[in-house]
Amino acid sequence: MSGAGPSSSPAARSLARYARWRAWELALFAVLPLSWLLLPTHSLLVNEIAIVALFAVSLDLILGYAGIVSLGHAAFFGFGAYAAALFAKEMNADPLLGLAVAVGASALLGAASSVLILRGSDLTRLMVTLGVASILYELANQLDGLTGGADGLQGVVMGPLVTPFGRFAFDLSGRVACAYSLTVLGLSLLLARRLVHSPFGISLQALRDNRLRAESIGLSVRLRLAAVYTIAAAFAGAAGALLAQTSGFASLDVFDFHRSAEVLLVLVIGGTGYLYGGVFGAIVFKLLHDLISAWTPQYWNFWLGLFLVVLVLVGRDRFVRPWTWLRSGR
Amino acid sequence: MTAALETRSLVKRFGGLAACNDVSLTLEQGARHALIGPNGAGKTTLVNLLTGVLEPTSGSVVLAGEDITRLSVHARVRRGMVRTFQITQLFNGLTPLASLALAVSAQRGASAGGWRRLGDDPDVARECDSLLARFGLVDVMDQPVAALAYGKRRLLEIATALACRPRVLLLDEPVAGVPEGDRQEIFETIGALPTDVSVLLIEHDMDLVFNFAKTVTVLVNGAVFAEGEVGAIAADPRVKAVYLGEGEGEDDASRPAHG
Repeated sequence: MSGAGPSSSPAARSLARYARWRAWELALFAVLPLSWLLLPTHSLLVNEIAIVALFAVSLDLILGYAGIVSLGHAAFFGFGAYAAALFAKEMNADPLLGLAVAVGASALLGAASSVLILRGSDLTRLMVTLGVASILYELANQLDGLTGGADGLQGVVMGPLVTPFGRFAFDLSGRVACAYSLTVLGLSLLLARRLVHSPFGISLQALRDNRLRAESIGLSVRLRLAAVYTIAAAFAGAAGALLAQTSGFASLDVFDFHRSAEVLLVLVIGGTGYLYGGVFGAIVFKLLHDLISAWTPQYWNFWLGLFLVVLVLVGRDRFVRPWTWLRSGR
Repeated sequence: MTAALETRSLVKRFGGLAACNDVSLTLEQGARHALIGPNGAGKTTLVNLLTGVLEPTSGSVVLAGEDITRLSVHARVRRGMVRTFQITQLFNGLTPLASLALAVSAQRGASAGGWRRLGDDPDVARECDSLLARFGLVDVMDQPVAALAYGKRRLLEIATALACRPRVLLLDEPVAGVPEGDRQEIFETIGALPTDVSVLLIEHDMDLVFNFAKTVTVLVNGAVFAEGEVGAIAADPRVKAVYLGEGEGEDDASRPAHG
């Protein structure tokens, strides 16, 4: 039976093991700086991957952990992008300040729109999230005095990154942009990792599994759904801000339905509910996109579709273990 | 002394049907009270009114002197009104240990803190150890809940409720569907519940009712039909009549029953 110290408690030991760092997790975190060091000629691609990865991780928080389906996650991505671009253009060109503003603005939007996803079935949520993203798309289109309308917000000039290690101006080859995005992605992952191993994070999985039971152990389900929706919106806003800041541009495309659908695809490719699915999915998705469109530009969607169908039918676990393919099904 | 739980003239109407009709129950501190009644007597409705799943048409629910009639499900749990489910309701994606640690943390108000890891608090871990040991779940604490045998799931159901530190515990048919071999373990566990917890047992299994309960309320057609010491209820011919299926209402039930 349990003795004096926490080390003699089996429960404490097991609980500590649940949150322990896995070797592959450390390897993944090591890949972030390595990709910057070893792939200097592919900085623009790595930057893109980092941004999509962050966006997909934010979707995983609501979909994989809390079970909230969304077809309009681009609402927060786009809001963050426009907020960062507008802030840089009208107020202050400092990227870190702009990132903070974009994160704050997206979080506010997330908190406000979270009331819409507290009730209803999956289908309702799909429609409501889709609707919110469409509304924002049309607002950005109509308010052309502010957003530039269909032409997008052009002429966004970012100031240099001011860090303790020096000032870095964004360059054309994307070296600084890439390092910036990878750093934000890494820090966001650390934050999200801490979150999902906390009682709050576990409670999200609990309410996803069984909402009735979650309430019956004294958890306020609505409060938790609103909280995680707000947090995910903040992360998505950060991803949007990175895109606007590193490309110096924000256009209606950031709110478009294909963004919401694409991030869902990325997450499904990488796998939901273990936090890193978005990162793996973004790498696979972007590399496939690059490879296939270099090989056969017109038929990229065909091959992507085929890949998805095979992945879903075979199952991800089997798909990443080719040596099991020849064995019998069960 | 204030009653642990009291309902005052509780009424719940679904359209014209009164599923709960003027029910006034009192559960003393430390009570071992059983609620029995034939199918459709309104037991489930009463449980839902007590736990906050349903709002009553009129009347009130009072927990240790506090009116909780309008409180949400989770707010009632925080105040000590905890239930188990007839159909096991667990977190299939978690382990038994994580489920219990979550329930214990929630009760301590630690679940809002996003920065601590689940189990960083040694008190939470200690309480989990004690619950796991008491319910014979130590061996399976790291297995996925979805993979547990049915008997273990029933035990985890009760352990999860106790992790919420109940003042009043509603046990909704704790042995429903449990195979004969596993029943004894659950009987013993229920018998060993802490005495400061007042228990309301909703049950069909008369063995369990007569072994466990000291007082019994018989519910028929949404209303209290009989109430009293367990011995008196067991001997009541009207109650027997209801259970033999002869009495559909009060008129029929007043007839004497056969053995």
